[in-house]
Amino acid sequence: MLGFLTRRLASLLATAFLASVIVFVVLEVLPGDPALLMLGTEARPDTLAALRAEMNLDRPPVERYFLWLGGFLTGDLGTSHTYNVPVAGLIGDRLAVTLPLTLMALVLSTLLAVPLGFLAATRRNRAGDYAVMAFSQLGVAIPNFWFGIVLTLVFSVTLGWFSSGGFPGWEGGLGPGLKALVLPATALALTEAAILTRVTRSAVLETLEEDYVRTARAKGLSPAQVMGRHVLRNALVPIMTIVGLQFGFLVAGAIVVENVFYLPGLGRLLYQAVNQRDLIVVRDVVVLITILVVAANFTVDLLYALVDPRPKEGRG
Amino acid sequence: MRRALRHRSLLIGMGLTGILVAMALISLAWTPYPVEGVDVSSRLRPPGSAHWLGTDHLGRDVLSLIMAGARNSIAVGVTAVGIGLVLGTPLGLLAAARGGLADEAVGRLTDVAFAFPTVLSAILITALTHPGMVNSIVAIGIFNIAVFARVARGAALQVYGREFVRAALALGRTRTDVALRHVLPNISSPLIVQATIQFAVAILAEAALSYLGLGTPPPTPSWGRMLLEAQTYMFVDPRQALWPGLAIALAVLGLNLLGDGLRDLFDPRLRILRLG
Repeated sequence: MLGFLTRRLASLLATAFLASVIVFVVLEVLPGDPALLMLGTEARPDTLAALRAEMNLDRPPVERYFLWLGGFLTGDLGTSHTYNVPVAGLIGDRLAVTLPLTLMALVLSTLLAVPLGFLAATRRNRAGDYAVMAFSQLGVAIPNFWFGIVLTLVFSVTLGWFSSGGFPGWEGGLGPGLKALVLPATALALTEAAILTRVTRSAVLETLEEDYVRTARAKGLSPAQVMGRHVLRNALVPIMTIVGLQFGFLVAGAIVVENVFYLPGLGRLLYQAVNQRDLIVVRDVVVLITILVVAANFTVDLLYALVDPRPKEGRG
Repeated sequence: MRRALRHRSLLIGMGLTGILVAMALISLAWTPYPVEGVDVSSRLRPPGSAHWLGTDHLGRDVLSLIMAGARNSIAVGVTAVGIGLVLGTPLGLLAAARGGLADEAVGRLTDVAFAFPTVLSAILITALTHPGMVNSIVAIGIFNIAVFARVARGAALQVYGREFVRAALALGRTRTDVALRHVLPNISSPLIVQATIQFAVAILAEAALSYLGLGTPPPTPSWGRMLLEAQTYMFVDPRQALWPGLAIALAVLGLNLLGDGLRDLFDPRLRILRLG
């Protein structure tokens, strides 16, 4: 098992490294003079020179890459030229919104999808199954940003239960902060829940047909014992894989949803940085998101190794 | 054919996709009103006999904009899926045929591409250029290359293990010949199914990018941007946000049902990748 995890870790580190090289090349090498791209042709020469010096543009690209990578790994991400504050602090503040939002969406979707998937599988080809599958089809088809707008129309504009956007910050307490994230997290969770419901249903159906489940039934175990001891544990493997894979897409989805609800998260920061041509912020946030995606995949592998009751030899 | 007609989701999918394509085709020759016909005096009109879905904040006919928006969605979807199929399938075939280093390299490339969800790639491209339809197509297309490479590799590996392929190789046929004559025709079903699903994913991604202002720029009508504009008028006329959202959802639903129906028709055990 250790060998499998080491191989996966090496492979995922290589992926993260390649992703960081791509981002660096796209944003710092392809434009020729990134400082000019950021400040525009009408910038004052001394301002341009100062930014060029800060970005180490007088050095060769390979050296610049490793200087930046070193800074990234030690938390020194440079200074945003639009906000004029360290990028690390900026990202930290925004992560305090995006991470809870993403985790809330992940929890909401899992809590909704796993019972629905089980329900559909145990009532295969009956009304309950059809209703759950219809939910799954609609959930995948409805764009999360439209669902966000509809939620705002119903729960903010019509009922007045939630605010239509913005974030009060965590300083005012956990309650108001979490309340501001309820509608965005629900909008973000819909697609994930729909996909996960379908995966859970198929995983449970497949597991129900396995020989060991038949054996467990033949041994006289009650349906609840068969479900708890055999079906749930084995069905968890594909479910967890999808949860992990979708984590990255939830972070990407947050870029859109944060803009629907004007949430000051990582996605909105990235969106504003692109519009303001703050390439330093864009570079660091994009690399951070790709690392989050890759790290989520590795976490899935770790859990996979712990939960999957089958032998690990020959995998990976 | 009879089997296809008995399959409910395939029929609904075909119907909804047919409506999407028909709307786009008709809009090439005719729309109820000109899509760029600004008429501020009749802005935000409710649905009625003159304007079936009402008018927007500039007095443009919403039905005409929805019809023309379908054209935009199809153009992005077809091109982005085409890029994925044409570039991703050979990569997947190469990985399956050669194994070893080639397989490892293609695997790494797809892993890296999956680390960049389409919105992220589009943002990267927009940071260098300006928002535009081409950015959306390139961002979605790059992701699709990885999707089709992975699907083609998985399907081709199974075909390479079958006797007729081993026999053809043993008879001295070249690897390229075997890949094109024997392997490719036998992996067409999963590729067609995946293409349908990726078409739906492309429509959603294009709408999201246009909603963010990173995709199709004005005056070309796009469903995503219609939603962005509708949000501004949400408190005055909530209906504005209804139609473009419904259009996106029905188009995506139709393509997903079509993909699922085709999968059941070809081989119910086929695995579909749902990422984007």
